[in-house]
Amino acid sequence: MSNTAQNLFQFDTSTLVFALPEIFLLSSIVVILLIDVFLKKSFKNITYYLSQIAIFITALLSYSLIGNGEQIIFSGSFIHDDLAAIFKVAMMVASIVVLVYSRTYLNIHNLFKGEYFVLVLLAILGMMVMVSGYSLLTLYLGLEILSLSLYTLIAIARSRANAVEAGLKYFVLGAIASGLLLYGMSMIYGINGSLNISEIAQFASGASLQSSQQLILNFGLVFIVIGVAFKLGAVPFHNWVPDVYQGSPTSVTMFLSSVPKIAAVAMLIRLLIEGLGSLQDYWSDLFIALAILSIGVGSLVALMQSNIKRMLAYSTISHIGFILLGFATGTMTGYGSAVFYVFTYVLMSIAAFGVVILLNNKGFESELISDFKGLSKRSPWFALMMLIIMLSMAGIPPFIGFYSKFFILQQVVNSGFIELAIIAVIFAVISAYYYLQIIKSMYFDESDNTSPISSSMDTQLVLSINAVLILAVGLFPNYWMNIALSVF
Amino acid sequence: MISLSDYLILSSIIFCIGLVGIFINRKNIITLLMCVELILAAVNTNFIAFSHFLGNEAGQIFVFFILTVAAAEVAIGLAILTLMFRNRGSIDIDITSSLKG
Repeated sequence: MSNTAQNLFQFDTSTLVFALPEIFLLSSIVVILLIDVFLKKSFKNITYYLSQIAIFITALLSYSLIGNGEQIIFSGSFIHDDLAAIFKVAMMVASIVVLVYSRTYLNIHNLFKGEYFVLVLLAILGMMVMVSGYSLLTLYLGLEILSLSLYTLIAIARSRANAVEAGLKYFVLGAIASGLLLYGMSMIYGINGSLNISEIAQFASGASLQSSQQLILNFGLVFIVIGVAFKLGAVPFHNWVPDVYQGSPTSVTMFLSSVPKIAAVAMLIRLLIEGLGSLQDYWSDLFIALAILSIGVGSLVALMQSNIKRMLAYSTISHIGFILLGFATGTMTGYGSAVFYVFTYVLMSIAAFGVVILLNNKGFESELISDFKGLSKRSPWFALMMLIIMLSMAGIPPFIGFYSKFFILQQVVNSGFIELAIIAVIFAVISAYYYLQIIKSMYFDESDNTSPISSSMDTQLVLSINAVLILAVGLFPNYWMNIALSVF
Repeated sequence: MISLSDYLILSSIIFCIGLVGIFINRKNIITLLMCVELILAAVNTNFIAFSHFLGNEAGQIFVFFILTVAAAEVAIGLAILTLMFRNRGSIDIDITSSLKG
């Protein structure tokens, strides 16, 4: 006993190196915020570049920590392992791309403010804490740093009534989700007396578990699953997704739809696989229900949308369904395919919103699917890019979206859920309709608007690379799949 | 002597009042914020009760953090609410809801 007490108070500064990416990012946020205060309005670009550099260095620091094995620091509340490092690098790269696309949009809609970038950085910090959290407390705090920054980011377009309403909706539903998650956490804490994930795992897999203890564990588990499903936007906890996607400024929607999903998946892995992995039989059933509902609702309701952001919101919901299906299989390869799916989803989602942002002009907010009419005449190159993205999202080979769906379904069939795989494929075919609808309006519909697409060089370059990657990664899926599998 | 289960029953009642309040009340956003606070109060009661009966302080530390986060959350919520009032001239949910589809 005295030994553990000593360990608790022992603080070895050499272990701080494993939290270096977080420490660096936090310090740079403070510095950038200070610098921004003293910048004149015409020099706000400097804040943007500093933020990009800060994210880039954080990515390098995270990358350099890959391969150090499992390191648990800060009295067991913070973990560094390959999963954390790889997830962090993926989040950083995605954030850099998101910020590159956002710049033009923010400029033409008068949202180019220092706060915007500081809030994005804070959200990233929260996600890093979520990915590395190894106790219920750190996971909750990371989640709240992320959520509080996102509420503010959405409402940053202060004069847009829709954005403020979206912010309020996300706020109310996000607060309820946190409350439910916390209630579940309090139950788990109450039954095993520790907040640490490793001690929870030890307790939950114990053979001497009484049936009443098992009952309370399951009770807490249900609340935690609901909380995670809320954050991921799985049906039936998806009500906020379409409204928030539609109301937010498109650059925020792009951020919201991509990077936080990686962090939410990481939180799911920490809580449900590493912590409550021995209850896998129980949460698998819940996940199957969530997954099938999400795939179904996401595919069917998206058919009726005329707003591209709403349509992509429902498409997100159906992608989340596939990710949950991968986790529901309960095998290591299944988890790996789900991780692979979330990375490819982020790649596609960022690219899709990037093209939507490209259609924005001064004083014109591109939101409708009909805005894509005649894009092949206005800009053949970007019409081709959108074609690749949409075909990939629909799951057509040889694009990356096909392989991510394929790996998931393969694992689902291997685990003996053949009916689930059939249902998922049927809905995937239905969802192809609305992706193809966009391709149709790009190539076959005439438009009054024939002005060519104007955007900055860096956006065009990054967007092209992004779309080509969807094709290129699709040619070598096994290499990337092995990386996704290596995190477990 | 008040037992652990008494505290748990109390907290679950508070939790249910908060949750039901959110779903019944479709009018006022301030009431929604109050209901969210009730849910967090229920969670805090749970943590403190468990912490006391287990003789483990971690739960009480957790409560400090929940209180801090709740304060920050309400500050942001009320700020968004003020923006809403400025844009729409009302904080009624029925009138203010324009995102549909």
